[in-house]
Amino acid sequence: MIRDITLGQYYPGKSAIHRLDARTKIIGTLAFIIELFVVNNFWGFLVAVVALFTVIGISKVPVKFIFRGLTAVFLIIAFTFIINMFLVEGKVLWHWGIFTITYEGLKRASFMAVRLILLIIGSSMLTLCTKPIELTDGLEKLLKPFSKIGVPSHEIALMMTIALRFIPTLMEETDKIIKAQEARGADFDSGNIIQRAKSLIPILIPLFISSFRIAQELALAMEARCYHGGAGRTRMNEIHFGRGDAWAAVCMVLFLGVIIASRFMGAAI
Amino acid sequence: MSIKVSDLRYVYNPGMPGETVALDDVSFEICDGQICGIIGHTGSGKSTLLQHLNGLLKPVSGDVYVDGQCITDGSTKLVEVRRKVGLVFQYPEYQLFEETVAKDVAFGPKNLGLKDEELDATVREAIELVGLDYEQVKDASPFELSGGMKRRAAIAGVIAMKPSVLILDEPTAGLDPKAHREILAMIRRIHEEMGCIIIFVSHNMGDIASMCDKVLVINKGKIELEGTPQEVYSEKAKLEEIGLDVPPIREIINKINAATELNSDALTAEEAAEDIKNYIQCRK
Repeated sequence: MIRDITLGQYYPGKSAIHRLDARTKIIGTLAFIIELFVVNNFWGFLVAVVALFTVIGISKVPVKFIFRGLTAVFLIIAFTFIINMFLVEGKVLWHWGIFTITYEGLKRASFMAVRLILLIIGSSMLTLCTKPIELTDGLEKLLKPFSKIGVPSHEIALMMTIALRFIPTLMEETDKIIKAQEARGADFDSGNIIQRAKSLIPILIPLFISSFRIAQELALAMEARCYHGGAGRTRMNEIHFGRGDAWAAVCMVLFLGVIIASRFMGAAI
Repeated sequence: MSIKVSDLRYVYNPGMPGETVALDDVSFEICDGQICGIIGHTGSGKSTLLQHLNGLLKPVSGDVYVDGQCITDGSTKLVEVRRKVGLVFQYPEYQLFEETVAKDVAFGPKNLGLKDEELDATVREAIELVGLDYEQVKDASPFELSGGMKRRAAIAGVIAMKPSVLILDEPTAGLDPKAHREILAMIRRIHEEMGCIIIFVSHNMGDIASMCDKVLVINKGKIELEGTPQEVYSEKAKLEEIGLDVPPIREIINKINAATELNSDALTAEEAAEDIKNYIQCRK
């Protein structure tokens, strides 16, 4: 169950998307996320879906693999959908006690759900197609100009590298602890909400302790290898923009144009 | 009590990149009161196999029988299976979480519904069985104990459920020689007092040779060899081919056998001493 979360995972490949400069992909993803909020009707989402699936197609990441990651956040999407469905006022479709479903509510709810799904798939495409190390290198380079005004670009990039690097480790650790407590007869799936929350304690405490242990060991290992921050540090693989990145930039601008145009194609929701 | 596994097959990440067959038609049977050792190099499927024995993992195909009852058909209550089959994971001290050792050990029996005096008695018994001083550790935080003591406290948490099969995944990993000896002595004591089946994984061939009635050798998800330590460790070439070894004592004995007329098949220091003594006396 916990293994099914693909958020932040890397899917090894050699596709054109994989080969793009990490900076292009970071900017592209950021732009995509912002554009999702520019969209104000379903036409815009249609364009975004087509664009996203084109990218997925080129990247050769199996659609099944991407959607498996989505099941983990299904609860959040369902929650947003239900809240929107009941709370938006308008033409009443169904009414029972304090619950009212309106036409506008339903429309808004599905609109938000689509936006969330696109948001999650879009951002997971970034990590699926970019090695974590490239991702943070790219981020560090992008933030470099801001270091003049005191933004610690190297430190931010390092924190991100570490966070990404330890997602699978902590997942594995959680999985192991859950199994160990299950072997001692722990039951996580029954009882009321308070009992369920309580049943998480035997997982959370060992997990906390493990993360502190891992952090301590990592810090020691870094010191042992003379880590002293970003100043004067060089890289084995410098990243460069290539021809692919130029094409990607063209596509992004085109996409932005179409998205803005889509605002005028239908009524806003 | 017996544990039987037939044609067990398990695949990690089916249909995904990184699909791996972890267990491939594994079958064996362990009888009442036996101590069974499992050896195999890292990634051979040992831990995956252990997790099938108490229903933590569901096989793709094949069945597991505990005490003649099939636990893989979906009708058996898993809590009941987990009471009967106690599983101690690798580095079990990382699963400790309560404020005191006594409370932590009580976690398992409490989940089984034990209360008050019965619970206290069970906890005391388990703590004493693993060789810790109940009065001394009961109110101590499990995080204050030494490495070897932590591990024993964690093992107490599993045996407090009074399992009829106790499985230990590398119980001596990362311990110093003294703690190592204590853990082995503890396993023997648990076996004698509770009379349960014990299954344990180890990379220490000497421990396996001196403790076990039966040895399973796993390689790439398949059972490569099965038998008494004597039978398994006479296949030196095969063991070395799959990255394992014979116990160090056997290695020395093999060399002495080759250089003299000693014809010993000793696996432990005691057996070796006996055989060499007899040999010297015969030559006189």
